Amino acid sequence: MSMAVTVPSGGGQLRRLGERDRPVVTITIDGAEHEALAGDTLLTALLTAGHRVRESEFGDGPRAGFCWMAACQDCWVWLADGRRVRACSTPVEPGLSVLTRPAAPGDA
Amino acid sequence: MPERIIIVGAGPAGTRAARILAEAGLATVLLDEAAGNGGQIYRRQPPGFRRPYAALYGTEAGKAERLHAALDGFGGLIDHRTDTLVWSLDGRRLMLNTAGRADSLDFDRLILATGAMDRVIPLPGWTLPGVFALGGAQVALKHQACAVGAKTCFVGSSPLLPYVAYQYARAGAGVAGVVDTTPRSAKLGALPDLLAVPGVTARGLTYMAWLARHGIRYWHGATPLRVEGGEHVTALVFRTAGGAERRIDCDAVALGYGLKCEHQLADLAGCAFRFDSPTRQWVVAQDDAGRTSVDGLYVAGDGALIRGADAAELAGERAALALLADLGRPVDAARVAQIGRHLARIDRQRRGMDKAFAYPNHLAQSLADDVILCRCEAVTVGEVRRAVTEQGADDINRAKAFCRVGMGRCQGRVCGPAAADVVAAALGRPIEAAGRLRGQAPVKPVPVAVLAQAELGETQSA
Repeated sequence: MSMAVTVPSGGGQLRRLGERDRPVVTITIDGAEHEALAGDTLLTALLTAGHRVRESEFGDGPRAGFCWMAACQDCWVWLADGRRVRACSTPVEPGLSVLTRPAAPGDA
Repeated sequence: MPERIIIVGAGPAGTRAARILAEAGLATVLLDEAAGNGGQIYRRQPPGFRRPYAALYGTEAGKAERLHAALDGFGGLIDHRTDTLVWSLDGRRLMLNTAGRADSLDFDRLILATGAMDRVIPLPGWTLPGVFALGGAQVALKHQACAVGAKTCFVGSSPLLPYVAYQYARAGAGVAGVVDTTPRSAKLGALPDLLAVPGVTARGLTYMAWLARHGIRYWHGATPLRVEGGEHVTALVFRTAGGAERRIDCDAVALGYGLKCEHQLADLAGCAFRFDSPTRQWVVAQDDAGRTSVDGLYVAGDGALIRGADAAELAGERAALALLADLGRPVDAARVAQIGRHLARIDRQRRGMDKAFAYPNHLAQSLADDVILCRCEAVTVGEVRRAVTEQGADDINRAKAFCRVGMGRCQGRVCGPAAADVVAAALGRPIEAAGRLRGQAPVKPVPVAVLAQAELGETQSA
């Protein structure tokens, strides 16, 4: 394995198993900066940072995606600019700002 | 005017079909949602990743490399459009979303090679963060070099169970154990059929032996009971074949009961379907070359019949040869016969797989009323049962109308099989009597802007 620029995997859901020597891409998750890696999908970025992707609209708790192949549609998230994207098929880009919790009433 | 030929899906079947048609001098448009060809099975890693083919695809590295290269040099004949979702089919027109831009394409002949996805059976706690589809856990590894947890428990009934557990352990990920619902005796009973393709079976046994050698427990004949956790997974609880309740500490669960066809576009095209008893699912009715009931429309690969990547490549070639024959072009009869023999051998081996990793149809039927069945809209098992017993739904589509099961964003892709089991059990009838969830456009969510462009006809028809 090549020399790794250590990216803290923190207490997130996923564990990186290699390919760590990629450029860092800084994104914002719920207002907090997070260092993802170029080539990460948004799903990977969210789940290396934490354990959630979104809140179920039906009140049954947080969700973190499911199928990883653009079929289950369980990982749609809001971007701060109002766009909705499917996290498992969206690559991270510098400055991307994503919300895993619904904006408070009156926001947006 | 030359025939307009479109292939949907650039996995093993679609790639091979495009290549065969190009070798015959025919131009095709090849459409796929991904950034490169290969499908899910030979899914490519993003640019900038450096793992070699052997690390990504193991014994199948050579096949993956050949398939990835199969379009090279044919750019003049194969118009491969990446990042392109086909979200609807209307007569002889496909509606496309290419990276947020609406488009449409008309075809004379169409090969649908739309692949498959995980088939799952819900259990209490399965919507907790940390529960993922089994094939998805493999995609995380292949495409993102990540394990879905620090300690993953593999649960279900699928040849992928020992395989992905092995891939995880080999890649340095923690494996908490493998919980397989099929009894060991069923696996032994399946051996005669499995040996129709001895190489594949030997590989599977190798993975199981490797897991055993490395102290990773593999439970046969188990019954998954629930996933535990607050904000995310902390344990899987199951009943052993002997009847004891066991708890495995883990922070992720990879769940899979085989694969199911992605055939929504064939449905929109009006193709006839039939119930395939061995794989216990509805499939597009097709002849042995992939011709459907709709003239000029062919199916190939795991979207047509679940039989794996090797068969998908052969079926893609077979469908392309059928298309050529239907155009009155000469076709190598010896090659057609050879493909037929090869597919027959794989089919026999798949019959063994279907027994060795049987679909446990009793599981969904015995779920408690309060278990969430539909992830999209949190519809419970009890709501589906009541749609039958109290509201009189006599099939899955009526149940959908009453309680919204299968009506959410995924259109029943995830909950469909289990919902059909619940409906059939509530009706006291066999599974095929529950019917088939009908699809509708868009087959996957499409941004409003794309729908609006399509509505206004602002698409460039090519």
